[in-house]
Amino acid sequence: MRRWIPLAVVVALGAFLYLGLYLNPKEVPSPLVGHTAPDFTLPVVGRPGETFSPADVRGEVWLLNIWAPWCSICLKEHRVFRDLIGDDVPVYGLTWKDLDREAAPLLARNGSPYVKAVDDVDGRVAIRYGVTVTPETFVIDHQGVIRMKHVGPITPQVWEQKFRPVLRGLRP
Amino acid sequence: MIPELGQFVVILALVVALIQGTLPLLGAQRGDERLMALARPLAQAQFTLLLLAFSALAWSFLTHDFSVKNVAQNSFSQLPAIYRFTATWGSHEGSLLLWTVILAGWSAAVAVFSRQLPQEMVARVLAVLGLVSVGFLALLVFTSNPFERLFPIPADGRDLNPLLQDAGMISHPPLLYMGYVGFSVAFAFAIAALLSGRLDAAWARWSRPWTTTAWTFLTLGVALGSWWAYRELGWGGWWFWDPTENASLMPWLAGTALIHALAATEKRGVFSNWSVLLAIATFSLSLLGTFLVRSGVLSSVHAFAVDPTRGLFILVFLGLVIGGSMTLYALRAPRMVAGGSFAWFSRESLLLANNVFLIAALGAVLLGTLYPLFLDALGLGKISVGPQYFNAVFVPLVAPALFLVGIGPLARWKKASLPDLMWRLKWAFGVALVTAALLPLTLDGMNLQVTLGLFLALWILFTVIKGFAQRLQHAGPDRWRQLLRLPRAFWGMQLAHAGLAILVVGVTMVSNYETERDVRMPIGSHVELAGYRFVFHGVEEVPGPNYLAGRATMEITSPHGRSFMLYPEKRNYDASGAIMTQAAVHYGLFRDVYISLGDPLGDGVWTVRVYHKPFVGWLWAGALLLAMGGGLAAADPRYRMVLRRRRVPDAEPALASAAAPEVR
Repeated sequence: MRRWIPLAVVVALGAFLYLGLYLNPKEVPSPLVGHTAPDFTLPVVGRPGETFSPADVRGEVWLLNIWAPWCSICLKEHRVFRDLIGDDVPVYGLTWKDLDREAAPLLARNGSPYVKAVDDVDGRVAIRYGVTVTPETFVIDHQGVIRMKHVGPITPQVWEQKFRPVLRGLRP
Repeated sequence: MIPELGQFVVILALVVALIQGTLPLLGAQRGDERLMALARPLAQAQFTLLLLAFSALAWSFLTHDFSVKNVAQNSFSQLPAIYRFTATWGSHEGSLLLWTVILAGWSAAVAVFSRQLPQEMVARVLAVLGLVSVGFLALLVFTSNPFERLFPIPADGRDLNPLLQDAGMISHPPLLYMGYVGFSVAFAFAIAALLSGRLDAAWARWSRPWTTTAWTFLTLGVALGSWWAYRELGWGGWWFWDPTENASLMPWLAGTALIHALAATEKRGVFSNWSVLLAIATFSLSLLGTFLVRSGVLSSVHAFAVDPTRGLFILVFLGLVIGGSMTLYALRAPRMVAGGSFAWFSRESLLLANNVFLIAALGAVLLGTLYPLFLDALGLGKISVGPQYFNAVFVPLVAPALFLVGIGPLARWKKASLPDLMWRLKWAFGVALVTAALLPLTLDGMNLQVTLGLFLALWILFTVIKGFAQRLQHAGPDRWRQLLRLPRAFWGMQLAHAGLAILVVGVTMVSNYETERDVRMPIGSHVELAGYRFVFHGVEEVPGPNYLAGRATMEITSPHGRSFMLYPEKRNYDASGAIMTQAAVHYGLFRDVYISLGDPLGDGVWTVRVYHKPFVGWLWAGALLLAMGGGLAAADPRYRMVLRRRRVPDAEPALASAAAPEVR
């Protein structure tokens, strides 16, 4: 009987590998999807004295985009926000670890794609959002619940295929 | 015309493989000499055909035949000739063709170098290799035709993935495949032994040189892959526990266990069932690696085109090969006799312990690699397993195995004395432990990880020296000449073990003492790291053959005041638009200085990442020594001598050779 054990192991492994063929390993969803967006209050970049908190936009559907001034892909993504998305849905920025204080002049020079960008200089809020890379974008609904997370830059194609259907579902 | 010829030849090779896989097997079962005699010429014919097919594809690449889809997708008019040649195996289809060529090459080598083996054995081994070849050639012909034409013909190609345009990539896949595929020979010998029902010392002796050679190639392949990742991915890492890397590590671990188990089977006739199972497992893991990399079941840095039909095809083939051989094992294994007996402390028992640890480590890697798949398939959620897991489980399992490396070669077969061995090794143990405990104190204070790593490395080195001393203790005055006259197998083992020690030093030092800094640098600014001063002299545009590079000039001054220049690049490839970081490395015996250029921030300011990596080169130096040891051991004339003896009619029965006086 013992001699059949290797065969049994192989068969079990084969079954898993077969199932694996029809799964997509690249998709690791954020555990935050379906939960309330972590709360924070942070100063707004380029507007001394002003702060922003998710509670301020309760009742709206909005995007939270994590970016950094030293992230060249994020700067390319800004163009997409300005040209394509800005009129559709408000985009708020979370400026991650801007240790060199470049965000404010950069946004002033290029024109900010954000309604407001907040300054997460020590990256603590980003940790609570489980940010691993920049850029990342969260879709947050009327109740302040995260409905979707996208890792990597938003291209026009991604916007059409991934974001629009979700946003359409959120509109009354 | 040439591509069609190539395709035709591949189909022809498939037919030849089918015949090679069936008729000689039938001949061996029936005792039909004529059918068995077919095996050798068929194996050589198959190799010739596939070599032709490979040349046809290489020709299409070298002559820019963009009407071939594979060429159009993986080459470019401005791609340098050397990379056009290596692009031949840069795609899924091309690498599969290379795989079949190498498999046919191993088969042809078996055909040529097995003149002294019984005809029945040769027929079976070559037939099994033929059947394996049928599977891969069918995959090539039915799902992955590398010669497919394209219409309309594009004006230019899409260029080879820039990551593959590197010296490491020229030799990494062929070496890796030499290893993967080489284990098919060990597998074929095991299946042939199961079929014949004779799993004895002779079988182990025949398959040993083949197995060791395959292991040597795999060692080089894995090491080169790691070196490539280090230089080319720009992160300065040398091992990421990526599924693809694990796919090559698993057969390596199994193969390492196998070469040790075979030693015991050959010398003492023990563990023969286990050796057979390991031979099957090692090759199965090579196939599993192929499946994992090419099916897209796991996410990985490797970018082969993902196509579920191919995945399914490989999986079915995998199931047939592994399932079939495990069934054969289950049916045939009980018939085999147990070998000689041995005491609880003996070289046999130590080799067994080595196998247990290696296989446990293999199991841990396999579990970590497939765990995300298990959970996902069971609907229990999606996770990814990171390096933390692998480091946490792998180190404790490998450390005892490394400790045993010091004892095993010095213990006697059959029955060894533990107190005696402890007494003989007291200095090696003591000096290694004290040195390893004190060394970190001179660097930056107590560090148990470093102590453990250095202790194991020194322990292995000292016991290697002890091994030589023991061999020469009765040598007399011409001691040095005697040293050179020690058997190659012994030299090979000692060299490989010393290589392992050096590798351990590299891993320990670089993991614990490497430093890095991620900085933004205006022109003329500087940064300090580990006593080195890096001055940034700006970035200029330098055109390459098929890319435009932003090349930074960095001036580095060492703590001793010597200075040198490094030129890390950011390359923008013309055809694909891909942007790639080309790190610049200053190699040193005791450290590497590694710079990778980040992104431009405007006004000549760039982000730059600088690394100081102590002893990182020892990793690959150690791996090279491991491989050299393997090569030396495989070349031991003993194997050829034994084979020659078999020619004598009515030679001694195979098992008796286990009792013969020891050569090692």
